[in-house]
Amino acid sequence: MSEELSFWRTYVFSTDHKTIAKQYLSLGLFWALVGGLTAYLMRWQLAYPDTEVPGWGFIAPDFYNMLVTMHGTIMVFFVAMPILLASFGNFLIPLMIGSRDMAFPRLNMLSFWVFSLASLTLLISFFVPGGAASAGWTGYPPLSAKAAYTGVNWGLNLWILALALEFASFLMGGVNFLTTTINLRAPGMTFFRLPLIVWMQITAAVLFMLSVGPLIAGAVMLLMDRVLGTTFYLPEGGGEPLLWQHLFWFFGHPEVYVILLPGLGIVLEIMPVFSRKPIFGYRPIIYSTIAAGMLSFIVWAHHQFLSGMDPRLAMPFSITTIIISVPFALIVFAMIATLWRASISFPPPMLFALGTLSIFILGGLTGIFNGSAPVDIYIHDTYFVVAHFHYTLFSATFFAGFAGLYFWFPKMFGRMMNEPLGKMHFWLTFIFFNAGFVPMHFVGLGGMMRRIANPMQYEFLQPLQPINTFITIASVLLLLSQIPFVVNFLWSLMRGQVAERNPWQANTLEWSAASPPPHGNFETVPAVYRSPYEYSSPEAAEDWLPQDRPLASPAAARQ
Amino acid sequence: MMASWFPENISTFGGEIDSLFYLIFYITGAWFLLTEGLIIFFLVRYRRSQGQRAVYVHGNNLKQAAWILVPGAIVLLLDLWIDFRGAEVWAKIKGRVPPSDLLVQVTGKQFNWEIVYPGPDARLGTPDDLQIDNELHVPAGKVVRVLLKSKDVIHSFFLPNLRLKQDAVPGRVIEAWFEATTPGRYELPCAELCGFGHSGMSGWLIVHGPEEYEKWVKEHWPSEK
Repeated sequence: MSEELSFWRTYVFSTDHKTIAKQYLSLGLFWALVGGLTAYLMRWQLAYPDTEVPGWGFIAPDFYNMLVTMHGTIMVFFVAMPILLASFGNFLIPLMIGSRDMAFPRLNMLSFWVFSLASLTLLISFFVPGGAASAGWTGYPPLSAKAAYTGVNWGLNLWILALALEFASFLMGGVNFLTTTINLRAPGMTFFRLPLIVWMQITAAVLFMLSVGPLIAGAVMLLMDRVLGTTFYLPEGGGEPLLWQHLFWFFGHPEVYVILLPGLGIVLEIMPVFSRKPIFGYRPIIYSTIAAGMLSFIVWAHHQFLSGMDPRLAMPFSITTIIISVPFALIVFAMIATLWRASISFPPPMLFALGTLSIFILGGLTGIFNGSAPVDIYIHDTYFVVAHFHYTLFSATFFAGFAGLYFWFPKMFGRMMNEPLGKMHFWLTFIFFNAGFVPMHFVGLGGMMRRIANPMQYEFLQPLQPINTFITIASVLLLLSQIPFVVNFLWSLMRGQVAERNPWQANTLEWSAASPPPHGNFETVPAVYRSPYEYSSPEAAEDWLPQDRPLASPAAARQ
Repeated sequence: MMASWFPENISTFGGEIDSLFYLIFYITGAWFLLTEGLIIFFLVRYRRSQGQRAVYVHGNNLKQAAWILVPGAIVLLLDLWIDFRGAEVWAKIKGRVPPSDLLVQVTGKQFNWEIVYPGPDARLGTPDDLQIDNELHVPAGKVVRVLLKSKDVIHSFFLPNLRLKQDAVPGRVIEAWFEATTPGRYELPCAELCGFGHSGMSGWLIVHGPEEYEKWVKEHWPSEK
């Protein structure tokens, strides 16, 4: 595997899963900057409506709608998906299961380049006449089905195209994740010895692959309505606007778990390492994950309680939605139980993992309000919902994403990140996130609708304006709090302390490879003797016991 | 303190929604305090100290897993409680429209609410219909049936004070109803992104007392009586 590859084959058109993971990471971080910029512009407009945004200018209402649309699209499809799923999945799955690469390295490369094409398409859509899509990230027709309704023509067509390319890319990725995990596990790596993040990644891949088909069909119909003049979603031609909502959310709800599960997986990997304790309830967590995944296919219409669908359909969906709290509660309880009688240290990865847990709890709990159909009558389409999904998805994407980056940075790049800067980054992010998003619940309960550009146009919202201003200040500080991370990331990349193989004394297989692992990962493919979280095991003198370390006594091999 | 989060409730069913909200608030609030409290307690109590080894507990056998399964079962029971309470409230509000005293048709269009009153004959589509944009006049204490339509895109008929929200979808007539209790002027925004004029698309619900409502009717249909 040590043949010399050209620059292009090594860094650009690489088939090495680790390089592809870094490519996804870079593109995801780039989009996070764009997504952050859209958040800044929206928050400024909401706090100080129709004033000039420093460093930008005035924001017109249709431009605001574009910001709303692109913020959601970018954060979900171009930040969360490439970082949590594609980057961490690509980097970790082969290393953690003891494989030299993905099952289909070329398909892997193709999936990244298709994703690049999706990124390019979305980027171009900002600059076409009429601007980028502005019908919301959910793209409800008829608003999205006819250019006349938004004034956006090619921007929205390109938006559909970008999403279609993204879906194609992640379908290829999903096939690869599954095939690799099923076929390329090292000797001894049984399914119930897989690290939990691998379980989470393949569950996410299955959810994605099973749910995306209907949406692709839906997107083709939407594009045809726009370009060919068909009327799948336009009632004047016999079409049905609600059809899109069903297709979109049949995908859309599993999709949020596609993002959430890898995020939780990162937390589940990090917590045992810095608790020096096995994760509590490895199997219950796996069963909960599978149960949540299956339930996620029958909750979608909770986005549509008030859409005009038959009201008798609401309660069944309300019940399944609220019951999905049970598997997630079990996972949360398992995380908390892991901390019981542990030996806990607090480096940046652990801080961010604990941050994910504590923030996700609130996001999960507010989900019960939204899931209750009668309560949803009032809070649907208000900022309460916006606050809810930021608590769930910001925690999964950013808190868990950062946790993963701080944790695996030494393995990815062979250098350590700076710890004081990392801790500073955590505390600033944690404080300003909560300072911004806790009050958002209250504006929502006050009735403030999502996606309005100027709350001052409504008398009943004017008393809430000081809270809106407060949220904006906190959000701007939250964005600025990312500067220590950027500095730390770039500085550590070049000047960080050189990392050893296993700086955290962790058990999973990636830590027995070199830092960073060469093309082909392992000198010899490791053999696996036990489950991944044997910390403080009575069988070992140290408080850790790697998966691939043989023990002399035969009793040990039973584990 | 909590009541002040919501705008004043002026509908007969709004109180049911609010009390269901509080039920969920107390249940989830208790879980929030319990879980976050435990996390903080464990982090402080079990922070790393010299010579202290973590306890080897994996939680894979039933006896240990009970520590998470029992709370999980409690979550399930509470979920079902919320579901059954929710089903009652939902049936009351959305299950069927009660016998109504008054009919009005509201049509969303970019970016106005077209409100059509059937007039004294109480039937839509007759010459005494009257259209007033963005003003919904109703008497207090009467059940009002609303026929929701849309001319272009999806709008959402939102009356925060009535705890009422319902999408208006082109190609459909969707029924909603309410009974307002307190006279006054209340805002009627659109809650679904409907285009560049979405922000600011708003009307007024004007709830009249009995005499005032008589007066308003006489003003608008003077030929009658």
